[in-house]
Amino acid sequence: MVLTLAQALAQNCDFTLQGSVVDLHDDSHLDGATIILAGLETSVITDFDGNFEFTGLCEGTYNLQISHPACSTKAFTVTVVSNTVKTFKLEHHLEELNEILIKGSNYYTKAESVLENKITQNTLEDYSSGSLGDVLKTISGVSSLSTGNTVVKPVINGMHSSRITIINNGVRQQDQEWGAEHAPNIDLNTASSITVIKGASALQFSGDALGGVVIAEPAPVILKDSLYGKTIISGQTNGRGGSLTTSLTKSYENGWFGRFQGTLKRYGDFDAPSYVLSNTGLSEQDLSIQVGFNGIDYGFDAYYSLFKNEIGILRASHLGGAEDQVTAIESDVPLIINDFTYSIGAPRQEVTHHLGKVSGFYNLENIGKLKFNYDFQQNNRFEFDVRRDSDDVRPSVDLELVTHNLSLSLESDISEQITVKTGLTGNYQKNFADPSTGVRRLIPDYEQYKFGVYGISDMKISDKFILEFGARFDYTFMDVFKFYRSSFWESRGYDTLFPEIVVEDFGNQILTNPELSFNNVSGTVGFSYKFKDNFVLFGNYSLASRAPNASELFSEGLHHSASRIELGDLRFKAEVAQKTTFTLQKTGERFSFSINPYATFIKEFILIEPTGIQQTVRGNFQVWEYRQTNARLLGIDTDASYEFTPNLTFTNKFSLVKGKDNVTNRPLINMPPARVSNSLNYLLSLKQPVNLGIESSYVLRQNEFPNDNFDVFLPETQSFETVDVSTPPDAYHLLHLNAGTTFKLKNINTLAVNLKVTNLMNTSYRDYLNRLRYYADDLGRSILLQLKINY
Amino acid sequence: MKKLKFLPLLLIALVVIACNNDDDNTPDIVNEEELITSVVVTLVNGPDTVVLSSRDLDGDGPNDPEVTVSGNLQNNVSYDGSVQFLNETESPVDNITLEVIEEADEHQVFFIPGSGLIVTPEYVDTDADGNPLGTQFTLATGDASDGTFNITLRHEPTKPNDGSLSDAGGETDISVTFDLTVE
Repeated sequence: MVLTLAQALAQNCDFTLQGSVVDLHDDSHLDGATIILAGLETSVITDFDGNFEFTGLCEGTYNLQISHPACSTKAFTVTVVSNTVKTFKLEHHLEELNEILIKGSNYYTKAESVLENKITQNTLEDYSSGSLGDVLKTISGVSSLSTGNTVVKPVINGMHSSRITIINNGVRQQDQEWGAEHAPNIDLNTASSITVIKGASALQFSGDALGGVVIAEPAPVILKDSLYGKTIISGQTNGRGGSLTTSLTKSYENGWFGRFQGTLKRYGDFDAPSYVLSNTGLSEQDLSIQVGFNGIDYGFDAYYSLFKNEIGILRASHLGGAEDQVTAIESDVPLIINDFTYSIGAPRQEVTHHLGKVSGFYNLENIGKLKFNYDFQQNNRFEFDVRRDSDDVRPSVDLELVTHNLSLSLESDISEQITVKTGLTGNYQKNFADPSTGVRRLIPDYEQYKFGVYGISDMKISDKFILEFGARFDYTFMDVFKFYRSSFWESRGYDTLFPEIVVEDFGNQILTNPELSFNNVSGTVGFSYKFKDNFVLFGNYSLASRAPNASELFSEGLHHSASRIELGDLRFKAEVAQKTTFTLQKTGERFSFSINPYATFIKEFILIEPTGIQQTVRGNFQVWEYRQTNARLLGIDTDASYEFTPNLTFTNKFSLVKGKDNVTNRPLINMPPARVSNSLNYLLSLKQPVNLGIESSYVLRQNEFPNDNFDVFLPETQSFETVDVSTPPDAYHLLHLNAGTTFKLKNINTLAVNLKVTNLMNTSYRDYLNRLRYYADDLGRSILLQLKINY
Repeated sequence: MKKLKFLPLLLIALVVIACNNDDDNTPDIVNEEELITSVVVTLVNGPDTVVLSSRDLDGDGPNDPEVTVSGNLQNNVSYDGSVQFLNETESPVDNITLEVIEEADEHQVFFIPGSGLIVTPEYVDTDADGNPLGTQFTLATGDASDGTFNITLRHEPTKPNDGSLSDAGGETDISVTFDLTVE
């Protein structure tokens, strides 16, 4: 002791260490953090601005331990040779908090053998005024199937609709996801993080997610007496509208909490670079309320959300038959362009989605964590078409889908190394198509019962090697009442195949009662292996099996909004997919990357494709028929980032997928073209730091497509013309800019200001997976200003 | 433990809800109201009447329309023509021509003779703005010839227009083609 003191005295011992403690995620200053200087056993607490200071330090190396109520405690080593100033980053204590205290990732067990792609709160806030489909595109390998710019459905590794499971707040979303023009009815502002698991390996949610699972989770609640919230206001030039979203959370140290969140969006007609996209406005109102209690051994919460929107569909996309289509496709500009307006006429969609749920958990000593969830969802969809009688204001589609879902799960740690999760789900769904539309039902009335049971397990072989496996069984029973046209019933040969299901013959229509049941088995096995400190290799094989949906089975007739006849097939069997995927990930100090090749083989893959034309007195209509085939999808997604300096970062994303019909040896229709995006981010170290970014996004032309073009006779020119519904549009390149800064207000309040310019060069382009690409260009330049206040 | 009480309660609630499908009623039939199944064109010249019809009773179902022409036209005469649009799946038959006449400013019928056929159609009726409608027309025949004769009904065309479909625009509600012979 004397010796140490002597040494210390011999040195210069009047150095100071000044530090600030910030949140790793958003650089917000953490007040009230405790810093213990190991060895000297002195400690200080950070002030309001997260700053602290030690004085009288000698030259040497010190160990600091920094703790904060909301963060995990972390040790740092600092070498002091002069007066030192340093910033310390702490990570919010989310993972552990989630386990005991809060909802967050509590909703699901992390996937161990596939890379989980996470969208952070910052990115979600950037996209606050957009849609779920828009923000998901920031992940490599995720593209979108859209109808204009406001109906955006995610496509994961080439697959969409019923092949993607969306988990919203722990609940599987049931919102008529079968339709190509049905976007997910979720306000992305209810989520604070979104995780995408590509492929069907997340068996706790579903066994039929051939494409993948999207998990939207609300912000965790901090267990202390607090009232906090945020408000984001956005305004943009294109669409001449904006959005407002706000949330307020009240939490108590004793575990109770409550939260309110609401969003308003309003846009008028959007603009392509050289014309107005008439009737493309949007109006949306959403709200959610949550109350709950988080204890150590038990907790529960009740949640209700309402999503309501009205979306205009490009007026020029509403057509008569194939003759009109020839004219529309050949025209460079939409056939109907009106002056800008906020009003939304026909065609349009009006969708309301209610979600109510109650969930809870209970820790059973020596057994595990028991979770319970009941949810109720009601989805109402109206589609309004241009009717012959313009005074007729009835919708052409009026569907009400009600779903009750009950699930139980038990998560147990068998040993230090092995965790097992088992669960049961039961599901009742009823679809009602209102006959008062005066338009034949697109989706018939049905009742559906589902029952599922699963088990998944993680096995920690070593610190570096984790095995994961699981299995699931689903039983589906559908009780359907469907009116078939007699002529279709007979032309398909159903009259000899299914005479027993006829309930009543009305002459030109037949009422039938198909009762279908499907047994689906799915499974997964995979591993993750860590090596060389910062490399991880993931490998996963999954078997997924999906029962055909109501649209694939029962479509039969003219889909007005697409001006095509769509035909399903009652005889369809379940789709069975096998996917093998590997991911190599490196998380380096400066250079990080992930590379993710995959191969999917699908038996009885269901797809819809043009097969010909049907003559009617209204002219010729293209016929799109669902069919089953064997398909193969091969693809690769890559991500890379390089930090040139702490202020300058480069990121690159690339994705490619190739789909082939193995029976006809043709490319699969509607496969997303390859895309590459590059971006540079620079932090301008002014007194008030400003973040600058530029992004280049290049979408190649899809050169592999099936040629399904057909000819129609045009009486006026006495000639046959080709209706080109197949040829993909050209490649396109878009540039986006953004600039943002965050001002510190009083205490912990912050104000962030972001300015974004999308499609900077005002490039005219069309996207292969936009259903309106035949009729109009995509969006032109838009300037968006966003204010974000945290309080 | 007290907190677990809500579990059985909710289970019971769910069972009650799930079993509450009291409606074993079958759904109501929908007869397509937007449907036009038939176009009937009547051409009259004194005692001589020629009827052209195209009927597709299964609408957009797999059966093609049945197209009939009751006879040949005489050369170098003028026929008084009328066009009827019907939905024959409804009972009584829905005469959609009345709707077209009522909303005359939003509709127009176009008569398009193929290249070989020597006939000259002319509009008789008009909408409130004095623009042609075409549920009534005259058809003057020339010398003996044959060829196609198309009748197209456009919804929300540009009015007035030069008489061509491309100038009129709008949406095709009806497009039927008959093979005619002038003898």
